[in-house]
Parts: sequence; C-alpha cells; structure tokens
Amino acid sequence: MSTIHVEIVSAEREIFSGDVEIVFAPARMGEVGILPGHAAMLTPLRPGEVRVQLVGGEQQAFYVSGGMLEVQPKVVTVLSDTAIRAHDLDEAAVMKAKQEAEDALANRSDKLDFTKAQAELAELAAQLQTIQRLRRRGG
Amino acid sequence: MAVGKEIRVKIASVQNTQKITRAMEMVATSKMRKAQERMRAARPYAARMRNVIAHVAAANAEYRHPFLVSREVKRVGIIVVSTDRGLCGGLNSNLFRMLVQHMKRWQAANVEFEVCTVGRKALQFFQRVGGKVSGQVSKIGDAPHLAQLLGPVKIMIDAYLEGRVDQIFIASNDFVNSMTQKPDLEQLVPLKAEADSELTQHWDYIYEPEAQEVLDQLMVRYVESLAYQRVVENIACEQAARMVAMKSASDNAGKLIKELQLIYNKARQAAITQELAEIVSGAAAV
Repeated sequence: MSTIHVEIVSAEREIFSGDVEIVFAPARMGEVGILPGHAAMLTPLRPGEVRVQLVGGEQQAFYVSGGMLEVQPKVVTVLSDTAIRAHDLDEAAVMKAKQEAEDALANRSDKLDFTKAQAELAELAAQLQTIQRLRRRGG
Repeated sequence: MAVGKEIRVKIASVQNTQKITRAMEMVATSKMRKAQERMRAARPYAARMRNVIAHVAAANAEYRHPFLVSREVKRVGIIVVSTDRGLCGGLNSNLFRMLVQHMKRWQAANVEFEVCTVGRKALQFFQRVGGKVSGQVSKIGDAPHLAQLLGPVKIMIDAYLEGRVDQIFIASNDFVNSMTQKPDLEQLVPLKAEADSELTQHWDYIYEPEAQEVLDQLMVRYVESLAYQRVVENIACEQAARMVAMKSASDNAGKLIKELQLIYNKARQAAITQELAEIVSGAAAV
C-alpha cells in the first residue's frame, strides 16, 4: 500500500515525522482523512486529535490545540499551535503589552533623542574597550 | 602580626567576587546548552512554515494577502528583542548601536518608526533616549512560550494591516557560535517569499473554508513563528555572551588575587626583616 509523508510540528518542537497510510485531522469544517495522492489543500484545524495510521495498522494520536493543515501530493504538514488561540485572548495580550509599555514610559516624548542615544552607546562602547585593553595588558 | 590586614581583606573580597562570577559562568554554560537545544527544536516548524508560505506564494491564489504586497514606506515598525538582565558583555549595546544607525538612515529618508520591545533592556534603552514604544513584553524567562510574544507581534501586525506602518522589522542577535553573536535586523513583513521553482504549473489549494480566512491565519502564524525563533536565538546569545563575560571576569579576579598576594607577601617579608633588624640592633646596644 502506498504511503504519504506526514510531519507534525509545533513552534516549540517537532512532534512527529514519518510515512503513514492515512492521517486524520480535525479540520475547521469537520474531520478529514487524508490518503496518499490527495489534492493540495490548506485548512485551519480545530482543537482535537490528529491520528496517523502507520504501515501495519498501528495508530498514533497527537493532541493539537489548533493550527494549520497543509496537504501536498506527497507530503502532509500539520503546523500545530502551542498556544490556545482565541480572538479575545489575542486582544488581551495586545492590551497587556500596550498597557505595560505605557506604564513604563509615562512622561516621556515620542521622539527619539539621537544625541542622547549615541552618547550613551559611545559610553558603553568606551567601557567595553577599556575592559578589553585592560585584559590585553593584564594577560 | 598586624601586617597587611587591608590587603588580606581585599583578597578575601576579590575571592568572593570570583566565586560568584565562576558560578554565573557555569550557570550560563548549562543554560546556553539548553537554549541552543530549544533553538534547534524550533527550527522544523519554521522550515515547514517557510515551505508552506513558498507554496502559497507560488500558487495562483485568487486572493493576494496584504503581507505579500509591498507598498511605499512612510513608517516602519520594529520589534526589538533584547535581554531582561545585564552582565552579558556588549550584547545589547551592540544591538542598539546597529539599530540607531538604521534609525538615523530612516530619519534622513523621512521615514518614521515605532518599536515594540521584548526584554527589559530594550525598554530601558528607549525609556532613556525616547522614541515611540507601542508595546512591550518582559520577564520572558529562559524558556519562552509563543503565547508571551503574541501581544507585541499582534500590535505590529495590526498596525501594518491598518496602514499605520508599511514595513515590520525584527532586531535581535544572531547566534553565530558561542563566542560570536551578531546583531541583525530582519524584515518580517512584507514577506520576502521565494516561490518554489518545482511547482510551476497553474494550480491552487483547496481552501477550507475560504482563502482569505485561511491565509490570514497562516500569515499571522508565520510572522509569530519567526519572532519566536528570534527570541529563542537571542536567549542563546544572551547566555553565550554572559558565559564569556563571566569567564573573563573570573580570570581577571584570579589575576588580581595573584598581584595582591605578591604585594601582601612583600609587605610581610619587609615587616619581618625590619623586626629582625630592630632585635639585632637592640641586642648590639645592650
């Protein structure tokens, strides 16, 4: 029986890679089963189980909390999310990041002060150079 | 004998400092190893993602995603990835120096910019020197989670989609090896997707449910994964730089102790000689 190559990865690690007979995934519009030779397809995934059937009939299951499924004629890629995604949660993250920046930067102009930035960097560079010189001399 | 009390105290204090720097060096070494592993672990996702994006760019999609279309640049957004803590050599200041150079160039070309910072050091830098900071995240720890980065990345993406910025960059350090880290500015959006040359026929995906929705999600995830990879790499850089900095601090402390020890011995010897001379001359007088 022909096989199809499946790769399941998340942003933080590789989860599964190998040749399988069939792969089932919880697509947005309903569970899909992909056999070798499937047409190219791109679809988001719902949270659920991705199952692969290895050659010989053994099945393995992986939980995904969402993600994307890409089907190419010879390879299926599951890009799994690690974070739980929802519009509200994303908005909350945005609000938090904005708020924190505002809190930290209150009473300050939006204009970058180049002279100040450069003076500061020059000072840091001078410090580093001094340390290096001292080291060379000492060593 | 009361000779050289100050020197002995000084030696003891330098020894204590050396103990601390040596411990920090060892901690940084082991953390660097873990960070490098994490960096490697994040690679397959980014590679797969890049493949998919290349396919999408090559496909004759009925919908062109805004991330694939470049427009005239009037304002750029930069995500600045820095460390939370110091004592890591010139890592952050090198990055900021490179950034300031780019900013100067933009300013000369009348291009405005705004930044989102990751890590405390970048925030502090912009706090001191000014500049528009539209979002920040800090205390991401040694094992960052993608979820922690969603805030700053989404701020930039939203700004891009609203047309507030026309390009998004990410500034962070490149991990060349444990001795070398290179500051780097990479363009995130619009994507520079290289079309896959093998797939030249006229084709497109079956999108479920709809091309626009699917591509929107995909692109956002792509940008997030790139940002995540950058952050993980920057952490590996931080630990490597700290390891090197702490090693040289330990070496310097060792050298200092040696010198002080020599001075102490000389002083002690001088005191003994003097006492002997006093005893001998005293005996001669009697």
